[in-house]
Amino acid sequence: MLATRALRLLGKRAISTSVCVRGGHGVAKIEAYTLPAYFDRRENPLPDICYVQDLSAEQASLKEKEQGSWAALSNEEKVALYRISFKQSFAEMGEGTAEWKSVIGGVLFVVGFTGLIVLWQRKYVYGPVPHTFDPEWKAKELQRMLDMRMNPVEGLSAKWDSENKQWKK
Amino acid sequence: MSLQKPLMRGLLAKRLRFHVPIAFALSMLAAVGWKYGVTEPRKQAYADFYKHYDAVKEFTGMREAGVFESVRPSGE
Repeated sequence: MLATRALRLLGKRAISTSVCVRGGHGVAKIEAYTLPAYFDRRENPLPDICYVQDLSAEQASLKEKEQGSWAALSNEEKVALYRISFKQSFAEMGEGTAEWKSVIGGVLFVVGFTGLIVLWQRKYVYGPVPHTFDPEWKAKELQRMLDMRMNPVEGLSAKWDSENKQWKK
Repeated sequence: MSLQKPLMRGLLAKRLRFHVPIAFALSMLAAVGWKYGVTEPRKQAYADFYKHYDAVKEFTGMREAGVFESVRPSGE
């Protein structure tokens, strides 16, 4: 009640647009992201709002001139009107940027850093490998694979010369 | 100032007319290359292997090496 009486000083119209009294609270603040936005997209050719919202003096006068006959506008004025409404033309928005260089650089840097972390981990976190990785054990494994003729057509045993007990040349 | 009116129609057809023959040619190339680079040599390798394959000799060799559980080497 106190708020409406104070606002009567602002004028009757101000009450409906400024503060609506409901239990003493005001209207929620309008966030910027809830308002229509401008963006250059090929699939949305006419954005919700013009690019330039606050017109300078000469832009405002140009907009006035736009109300009249368009044949009276020069080519530069037409381009200026276009640039008021839009940021990039369709040709410009399709151009590539140099962003890929930053992306590749960033990716390589992070991969390199990950490599450092992996090396540190190998040295300070993991314990020793199992005994089955010893060279003697590996030799016994290979001998057993050859004994049971593993992959004899195109694979391991195919490359072993059993008469001369050596790998085929 | 007056630009030429850009192409409005037939964009997909134009793209397909260019890319589909290329895709077809590359696929055929891949298939033929795989057949004569991989499958034919593999078939030949198997044929050569089994042409002079003595199963009993191989079995005896494996048995003497001691890899079987059902039949031990002849010495034991």
